[in-house]
Amino acid sequence: MTAEREAVRVPRLPGDLEANPILARWVTVLPDGTIGVRAGKVELGQGILTALSQIAADELGARVDQVTMLPAHTSRGPDEGLTAGSMSVSQSGPAVRAACAQVRARFVAEAARRWEVGAGRIAVSEGRISCGDRVTSYGELAEAVDLEVPADPGGPLTHGGRPVHVGTSSPRLDLPDKIAGLPRFIHDLRLPGQLFGRVLRPPSPGATLRDVDATRLAGMKAELVRDGSFVGVVGPREADVARAVETLRAATTWEERDTLPDEDDLRGFLRSAPAETIETETIGQETIGQEPPPGRTLRATYSRPFLAHASMAPSCGVARWNDDGTLSVWSHSQGVHRLRDAIALALRLDADRVEVEHAQGAGCYGHNAADDAAFDAVLLARATPGRPVHVQWSRADELAWSPFGSAMSADVGAVVDESGAVRSWRYDVWSQGHTSRPGYLGVPGLLAAAHLERPLRYPAPADPALHAGAGTLRNAVPIYDFPHRRVTGHRLLETPIRSSAIRSLGAFMNVFAIESFMDELALAAGADPVEYRLAHLRDTRARAVLEAAAAAAGWGAPADEGTGRGAGLARYKERGAYCAVVADVEAEREIRVRRLTVAVDVGMVVNPDGVRNQIEGGATQAASWTLKERVRFDRRRITSVDWESYPILRFSEAPEISVEIVEAPGLPSAGAGEAAQGPTAAAIANAVAAAVGARVRDLPITPDAVVAAIESADL
Amino acid sequence: MTQPFELVVNGVSVRVDADPDTPLLHVLRDDLDLKGARFGCGVGLCGACFVQLDGRVAASCDVPMWSAAGRAVVTVEGLAPGDGLHPVQQALIDEQAAQCGYCISGIAVSAAALLDRDPAPSEQAVIEALDRNLCRCGVQRRIVRAVLRAGSPETAR
Repeated sequence: MTAEREAVRVPRLPGDLEANPILARWVTVLPDGTIGVRAGKVELGQGILTALSQIAADELGARVDQVTMLPAHTSRGPDEGLTAGSMSVSQSGPAVRAACAQVRARFVAEAARRWEVGAGRIAVSEGRISCGDRVTSYGELAEAVDLEVPADPGGPLTHGGRPVHVGTSSPRLDLPDKIAGLPRFIHDLRLPGQLFGRVLRPPSPGATLRDVDATRLAGMKAELVRDGSFVGVVGPREADVARAVETLRAATTWEERDTLPDEDDLRGFLRSAPAETIETETIGQETIGQEPPPGRTLRATYSRPFLAHASMAPSCGVARWNDDGTLSVWSHSQGVHRLRDAIALALRLDADRVEVEHAQGAGCYGHNAADDAAFDAVLLARATPGRPVHVQWSRADELAWSPFGSAMSADVGAVVDESGAVRSWRYDVWSQGHTSRPGYLGVPGLLAAAHLERPLRYPAPADPALHAGAGTLRNAVPIYDFPHRRVTGHRLLETPIRSSAIRSLGAFMNVFAIESFMDELALAAGADPVEYRLAHLRDTRARAVLEAAAAAAGWGAPADEGTGRGAGLARYKERGAYCAVVADVEAEREIRVRRLTVAVDVGMVVNPDGVRNQIEGGATQAASWTLKERVRFDRRRITSVDWESYPILRFSEAPEISVEIVEAPGLPSAGAGEAAQGPTAAAIANAVAAAVGARVRDLPITPDAVVAAIESADL
Repeated sequence: MTQPFELVVNGVSVRVDADPDTPLLHVLRDDLDLKGARFGCGVGLCGACFVQLDGRVAASCDVPMWSAAGRAVVTVEGLAPGDGLHPVQQALIDEQAAQCGYCISGIAVSAAALLDRDPAPSEQAVIEALDRNLCRCGVQRRIVRAVLRAGSPETAR
């Protein structure tokens, strides 16, 4: 009894607030009335700062336009780890909510003290703090309220009032300025005394620098910086520096080696290298291959190629070595604290001597080259103490040197009974690891660190632990209720191509494979693919999104000649958002996705239009991956280095999309940014198979791949 | 070797010193402090740097100063007179038709040029006008809706 009462009396603070308890790290109020809120999560184009501003405004009793969202900062703001994995609303949301609720309580207490009234009689609305006709404001009380105090574990986690902003489609705070063309990106940052830098990357992953003819730069208004195979230029004018790095390219001699696998045999490459085996929980006795076979066995193999982030802006970084020996860095990193620690590790500095501030970049879809560009700036700025150096990557380097999403290949097998229902399921997937983020496995994980005179190499990428959402095995466990199943991952221990996290990690491939195979099983059973799924599915939220998407798409109506319709379903990370997609495709001379009909359940919705925009974007990007994208290489060099060799979806190819939000208001919020990728790929693949009567199992589904599938089906 | 160039940017005559092969994009961003045209690829394949050059859409990363000299340049900052927004910019905000927003100024430039020559374009005409602009966040359909909205008769009035 006592223990229970104790547990009720002491609510735990949200994890990110418990780890960063000082309220002033989250909220600062200035006498002019400015309310600054600084989360550890960063704006990546996904709208997180808008969503958090809605939560903050509700708790503070303010309008959204009275709250200023400040960029993440290693010394001034909370450490909330990475902005990744669709976790920002679920992690930062409760922390911002509780921090703001406690700040409000402290301001209310100060007003109550001044007016000698009970705090319960004080109202806060639109930033006005009032009791009857007495009125004050956050700004007026700012100097009297100390926020350099830890959050109170017994204090409020929420004001508890009816939300005004949460649940509404509050418009994005940052879009008007960006649409007006104002300088809001790190690329636009211009600091006093700033210089410009460019790095000359090696021509291939295995190359080492033999010789630089520095005399070629004579008279070019750019200074050469070299450390081992790391070489670059710094100068006062961007145009001159851009010219100098091209001169430098012609003035260097490299020793190159063949280190890359055969791009046309990724299946063989993934299966032949040494690998770590990762098992998930096995259910029942998996019986495939056992004698005597208990039923009919079906098998198929699927794959995806390496994928590039292909953000619209090549990465950028800014750094300045200060006169007092400290280092200031600006980066569009997904984790400024991790980047700070990795820089300190690489240069053997005390992390306290390094500060990193977030500055916005173009859309970020995972571990791209943001951190690498920041470290490039740090290395180049060493040559110009006291002056900031702004480093802009080229498009070719962005496409060739950003970490890729790993190629993957999966074998799926199922034993089915006489009715065609699954009795036993076996899944094996091969992949490089899905994270080599700064600081992984105790190494800096920064590109240029591996090219220095004393190189800090990067080991094979790791995978997040199974309990943290996994990498290779993300969403490898099917959502269906099979009596027996076994799911095994094989993570490569030698990786000639640098890979790391790209939106949804292994889930894109695993859901594509599982959901493609479900359609193959339905076909073999003579069943409707949606009915076949439902017959194996008890999870009511999963059923609801699948039924909603099917109904919205008019599932069951006959398809036109040359068109096909397919479905895909998953719950992201097996515990996040539910998403079902129905694709309508035309497959005649070219493959055209006409429409994607999506239903999603993200639990409690903070911003409905924000959810729609993330789902629409995720599905459109997944359509691009599914239909077009493949990192190209020969045995020595990455060869997809521009928009012609690495094409992405264009306006003329973008499908119409409708998104239905299946409401689940009482349930915790889940992120929307990675829910649609896997289901979209599967829906498109299934729709193409329905249209042409033959299946493409290796992404991308290009017209050539469809023709090859039709030809092999005819044999 | 630098030399002086004269051109008209957003209705204002300017004179800059640059090497003849310097891309117009560098001059806009670094000399004229107009950051709305953005670097994306450097070879005119993505649209992030689009401007109007004598009324036609051009990739400013791929226009050397010797070619830009004497011509009229309109950047995203100059689409609307004064500090206001062009109707297509307002429609992009109204439709929340961006995620990261890096590509959006080049798209606004393309869309505004379309609306100048076809004030009420069809959906197909919008798609064709924007097909040289890439968007990686996957906002294409919202953008098409926004341009159609900007071109609708109610807005034109």
